[in-house]
Amino acid sequence: MDVTSLTSRSHALKDPAEQLRVINNHSPVLCTLPRFDQMLEQSGLSPLKPTGIDIFQINLGYMCNMTCKHCHVDAGPDRKEKMSRENLEYCIQAIEALDAETVDLTGGAPEMHPDFRWLVERISKPGRTVIVRSNLTILVTNPKFRAFPEFFKKHGVEVTCSLPFYNKYTTDKQRGEGTYDRSIEALHKLNEIGYGKEGTGLVLNLVYNPAGAFLPGDQKALEADFKNNLMRKHGIEFNELFTITNLPISRYLEFLVKSGNLDDYMEKLVRAYNPAAAEGVMCRNTISVSWNGTLYDCDFNQMLEIPVETEESRHISDFDPEALLNREIRVNQHCFGCTAGAGSSCGGTTT
Amino acid sequence: MQNSYYDSKDLAKFGDIGDFEPVLGEKFFDYYNQVFEEGELTAREKALIALAVAHTVQCPYCIDAYTEASLEKGANETQMMEAVHVACAIRGGATLVHGVQMMNKTKRLGM
Repeated sequence: MDVTSLTSRSHALKDPAEQLRVINNHSPVLCTLPRFDQMLEQSGLSPLKPTGIDIFQINLGYMCNMTCKHCHVDAGPDRKEKMSRENLEYCIQAIEALDAETVDLTGGAPEMHPDFRWLVERISKPGRTVIVRSNLTILVTNPKFRAFPEFFKKHGVEVTCSLPFYNKYTTDKQRGEGTYDRSIEALHKLNEIGYGKEGTGLVLNLVYNPAGAFLPGDQKALEADFKNNLMRKHGIEFNELFTITNLPISRYLEFLVKSGNLDDYMEKLVRAYNPAAAEGVMCRNTISVSWNGTLYDCDFNQMLEIPVETEESRHISDFDPEALLNREIRVNQHCFGCTAGAGSSCGGTTT
Repeated sequence: MQNSYYDSKDLAKFGDIGDFEPVLGEKFFDYYNQVFEEGELTAREKALIALAVAHTVQCPYCIDAYTEASLEKGANETQMMEAVHVACAIRGGATLVHGVQMMNKTKRLGM
């Protein structure tokens, strides 16, 4: 069955308040689960405070050529939200003021933003890592997007892309029919120009997330499997595999509710709570900017519309690093997704 | 006693076995955990072997646990079904190969 966005279906779960209600109180089991802030308290981490602003993450908008079943952004072709030039200028000012080491561009499909090239040209410089979170398929759609790998190479952009599995069945089930073949075509193209190849300095990382209601396995073991299989089947090389736990929000939450897996999944996340992973959560060194300029502790809080605590610096036009460094990070039950097992972040495990 | 001998929630209580006999329980779980550590066989290979054996011993707890463990370790649906077929082939084969005994006996008794 074709997947469409919750927004286009006017589904109740498109409302972040409803998502929070569901993960907190949808069933007796969920009501009795420990609260995330209690667990932090027990780990001596409450209130959760930042350690820095090392990663400046910009969500350029929710438009995407794909509509994956598990998307936490509820992205899709019908989503029109995109960052204005004015907010992009504010972002650039903030990046320069911080002299940010890492700028992480995400979406939707960030490449679909009309100012994407302009932005990358403005922010890329030696010593700074600019990451694009690519869904891969966009890179083989039409000539305009097919030119992107060369553009990435020219600016030394690090490409981090989604590939849930090294086979067609699992990949297409999660991301739509034809995704696997197009992803492989895009990976070939990236390899051809040096991405993922030793000695080129062109970094190609893959993101694995489970295609179902289970947790990711050991990152290094999965990386070895992916490397062996992608090389054996397609001659494809890449640098690192990041395993990411699916957070119980948006379309993945819809899947959990519909499939009757929500209680078990939340229990699983809580059982797997790891204080060491909690200590390394990405919100402690990241700021996430949404398309409309609002500042968040992470991309997940962005989707749940839980902005940063600092009222005086809650919009990119009021970006105040000092105030943000003193903020209290806002948590809720979805945060258990980042602290399960070896931990989970946009860069994979955190322990 | 409950109406059913099996309750999926009991799987999570496996560790409580030690409550009635801690020493042996601890020895067992130490051994068990070490068995599943990465060795010459990968953790995924071990999960798939466990999945196949789980079907042979027809233990619903084990099938539950090692279906999920296999997925977590990065096994796919085809690999998992192939593992079940291995169990099935050995189980079926074990029955069938005893047919040789039947044949031996028949031949000995026959004229």
